[in-house]
Amino acid sequence: MESVIDSVVDIRGLGLTFEREGRRTEVLRGLDLAIPRGAFVAIVGASGVGKSTLLRVLIGLAQASAGKVTLDTHSAQRQPVALVFQDSRLLPWRRVIDNVAFGLEGRGLSRRDRHAKALEALGIVGLAHLARRWPHQLSGGQRQRVALARALAVEPEVLLMDEPFSALDAISRESLQDELTRIWQMTGKTILFVTHDIEEATYLADRVVVLAGAPGRTVADHAIDTPRPRRRDDDTDAAIVADIRCHLGASKGGTLAEAA
Amino acid sequence: MALTETAALPAVPAARRARLNAFGSVGLGAAGLLAFLLIWQAVPSLGLVNPMMLPGPLAIPSAFQSEVASGMWLTAVTGSLSHYTLGLVAGSALGIALGVLTGMSRVAEDLTAWVVRVLRPIPGLAWAPFAIIWFGVTPSAAVFIITISVFWIVFFAAHGAVRAVDRDLLEVAEAFGFRAAHEKLLKIYLPAAMPGILVGLRTALGQAWMAVVAAEIFGVPGLGHRMIEASALLATDIVIVYMLTMAALYGLLDSLFLLAQNWLLRWKA
Repeated sequence: MESVIDSVVDIRGLGLTFEREGRRTEVLRGLDLAIPRGAFVAIVGASGVGKSTLLRVLIGLAQASAGKVTLDTHSAQRQPVALVFQDSRLLPWRRVIDNVAFGLEGRGLSRRDRHAKALEALGIVGLAHLARRWPHQLSGGQRQRVALARALAVEPEVLLMDEPFSALDAISRESLQDELTRIWQMTGKTILFVTHDIEEATYLADRVVVLAGAPGRTVADHAIDTPRPRRRDDDTDAAIVADIRCHLGASKGGTLAEAA
Repeated sequence: MALTETAALPAVPAARRARLNAFGSVGLGAAGLLAFLLIWQAVPSLGLVNPMMLPGPLAIPSAFQSEVASGMWLTAVTGSLSHYTLGLVAGSALGIALGVLTGMSRVAEDLTAWVVRVLRPIPGLAWAPFAIIWFGVTPSAAVFIITISVFWIVFFAAHGAVRAVDRDLLEVAEAFGFRAAHEKLLKIYLPAAMPGILVGLRTALGQAWMAVVAAEIFGVPGLGHRMIEASALLATDIVIVYMLTMAALYGLLDSLFLLAQNWLLRWKA
């Protein structure tokens, strides 16, 4: 798609092996991935293929055993990437506003400035009116919006999202998908979106990378050219969906066989 | 919005029922207390027991008045409260500090595991000989004994609560760049462990009173000491005055603690 390569994330030969109780599990091997600035890239794959692990490496929660990850961020920010977890993981003892301001602490900002920025981020996800609530008073969709605001508040260049909508009901999920598209278009952030839902990937992203196998590696990489705003019943990308499904299905046997 | 409304619907009759129940409980509680006082008064009044051995409740107010008038009551209460407070604060601070440290650090836990196993079964009161040898019969000795009694309760509560902190929340801190131990301590461990630590503190609040009485029986001035003095003179009414004083002080402090706890844990569902 893009001929001018201005990659904000450049992953070369990434490999990761876990060692737990003497057993070594190779999760990723020889993974190459370049994410252009401002792109919305979805990564699909079956559970256990190392999609989440990839995000954990990028955010610094896991250490790569091989290869190189380069983050070419323009700003000298303390936190150029931010992660939205699958379960919102809000801190229950903090009000919504203080959850959103969490990542802004330790930056020399006054509490007032942190709250102003947090409120701005809450406004983006449309929940500024719930700033004083406690997390337990929110619905699942609202909690995930707050988690998204918490990630946006630190003004990351790259937004990592780990199956962020998979635990939500269908209605909340669809509304959050549209919200995310709007936020992406508005902020121009680079988004790396991990999901196991092929339709979600092709509806949201302008590029879908398929991970499969054990250890996981890239087996397909599709550009999704469907113009926006997109329609859910659109089937112009049906061939791509079929191809991804085929890749995931074909590699399934392999995954099981190699894991055994 | 719609969600809160549907959730609120069954709450109205439930709240009414709860209020009725609460009224019923209060009524029954008062009736039970009254019956208890009547039986207590009947035992000496009917001559079942020598009033010298067990004064009835009617004898207590005048005994209380004379204790207050002589200034003994206030001296004893302030003495005990100061031992209690110092011991409670010292024991809680040490217990929280070491409990959190051993909860956060595997090395610290392993290092202390055997020492804990040796020292833990020793009751606070068993330290009384050393307390007297080291501090003499002084308030410090009482504070020392109370501190030890409180320490273990709070230590185990804090240790357990920190060990049980959700790893997922620690990851949130790391994902937002808070990787230093002190950042995790302040942002995640302490607030997440707070409910468990408070349970320990509340238990300690009660245990510390036992330790106060026990420590003062050895002669350190305070409620416990005054009780022993009174019993030596068979002034049983005065003994009861101090027993009830202790109950009242404990009830007051426990209520204050609950208020503080409810505020601290107002984020809980």
